[in-house]
Amino acid sequence: MSVRRTGGLRTVSAVVPSLVLVALGLVAWQWYVTAADVRPQILPSPLRVATQGWAFREQLWANTLPTLQVTAVGFGVSLALGWALAVAVDFSPWLRRALTPLLVASQTLPIIAIAPLLIIWFGFGLLPKVLVIALVTFFPIAVGLIEGFAATDRQATNLLRSMGASRWKQFRYVRLPGAMPSFFTALRIGITYAVTGAIFAEYVGATAGLGIFMSLQKNSFRTDLVLAAVVVTALLSVTLFVLTYLVQRLVIPWHGKERRRA
Amino acid sequence: MPEPGHETKLLLDDLRKVYPGLPVLDGVTFDVAPGEFVSVIGPSGCGKSTLFNVIAGLERPDSGRVLVDGDDATGHVEPFAYMPQQDLLFPWRTVLDNTTLGLEVAGMSRRAARERARPLFAEFGLDGFESAHPYELSGGMRQRAALLRTVVQDRAVLLLDEPFGALDSLTRTDMQTWLDGVRGRFGWTVLLITHDIREAVFLSDRVVVLGPRPTRVQREVTVDLPRPRDIGLITSAEFAAIEEELLTVLRDRSR
Ligand SMILES: Nc1ncnc2c1ncn2[C@@H]1O[C@H](COP(=O)(O)OP(=O)(O)O)[C@@H](O)[C@H]1O
Ligand SMILES: [Mg+2]
Repeated sequence: MSVRRTGGLRTVSAVVPSLVLVALGLVAWQWYVTAADVRPQILPSPLRVATQGWAFREQLWANTLPTLQVTAVGFGVSLALGWALAVAVDFSPWLRRALTPLLVASQTLPIIAIAPLLIIWFGFGLLPKVLVIALVTFFPIAVGLIEGFAATDRQATNLLRSMGASRWKQFRYVRLPGAMPSFFTALRIGITYAVTGAIFAEYVGATAGLGIFMSLQKNSFRTDLVLAAVVVTALLSVTLFVLTYLVQRLVIPWHGKERRRA
Repeated sequence: MPEPGHETKLLLDDLRKVYPGLPVLDGVTFDVAPGEFVSVIGPSGCGKSTLFNVIAGLERPDSGRVLVDGDDATGHVEPFAYMPQQDLLFPWRTVLDNTTLGLEVAGMSRRAARERARPLFAEFGLDGFESAHPYELSGGMRQRAALLRTVVQDRAVLLLDEPFGALDSLTRTDMQTWLDGVRGRFGWTVLLITHDIREAVFLSDRVVVLGPRPTRVQREVTVDLPRPRDIGLITSAEFAAIEEELLTVLRDRSR
């Protein structure tokens, strides 16, 4: 209990400097906009972003939900595919050799060019957005898992083999749990890409969502509402990011402790 | 040297192993009697761990055989319980569940496995640490937990690869005295790798000295000292004489 509390305090004190920096930035921004009398279409003040964001809160919220949904479905698909592929690769040296170059190649696809094509092929629905998110998040997850499995100590494998463990039991008792820290690191990278990917896919074409909301507001020079949507997006990303830590603490409570000891 | 007619638990018959471009085992032959404690010493890199991997059935020798109770066990893992150099306790399992790993892997239910391992905790100085996690244990306790995990599998021969190598010298001495005691009570047949001559003499009935790579048996020295071994033995003349003999063999071959 006391350990957890100091952990919590440490987290809080860790974000204080960032918050101070943000506050200073906002004050400077507010001061500049007021002093130089900048037109809000060019650069709205932070206060204006906040008040207009609040005034349009229902519309923002109505667009946040579709983005959240797209992110969840896309990331879910990506997770399922990433796991399936990583496990298959771990069991098959042939697949490992065949798929590794393809995985790397999938990362060199210019998403900015592919996304509009996906819209042309699959329309404004869920599918093209899910594909965009899967494309940008699949790689870190699959690679994080594949490397996590492969990082298993040679001696640990020998120990399990000496116990008579089949390849499957080696996986279940050592490779899988041993890969979890690496998986959660990959999950954190993936989840932030997922939100960005969702916004991007919506920006290209959608009927609802924060991405298309930003695009429409930009076209009518509502810079303040674009920025308000950016703030919502950032909050969304941070929330999901923090959530991965909570899940990690539930799934692998042993992880941080072992590391602190070493 | 084993006298004629004596019982043999484990027989290593002319084991040879070559890694690509690197001959390691060059005809290793010796035997171990039931309940005997045999130490293997030799210069580092000579192939001691390789020999263990071959005996444990983890690697195939290029030629030669491993016999257990007269049956060919080359490439078999079942007769051996193997304790590698690192303790390899897994952080995601409690101490109790670490010690039952071998039993669970062998298909025993978790519950039955725990019932088998738990009664050994007192003997291994781990009482009260069943549901602790490995990071909460001291170095000596970690090694004892790893050894418990090894012996609870109830295999014919224990293979211990430098189990005390990472411990400080006080803990090490404690562990040696303790190991000598439990081994006597349980009657295990043990093959131990060590680079510590004193440890080898203190624990063993016989010490096998391996030569430099590619290695073969250079000398076997019988340790005819009373059991259970007492720490005071170390300063006795008999003990010193055996140590001296081993040191001479090791020094000769390093030239
Ligand atoms: N799997 C392997 N492939 C190739 N060479 C190996 C392998 N395992 C060990 N060796 C080499 O064999 C030699 C003996 O190693 P090892 O048996 O670990 O020595 P020891 O335990 O006596 O210190 C070393 O030179 C080591 O680098
Ligand atoms: Mg070794």
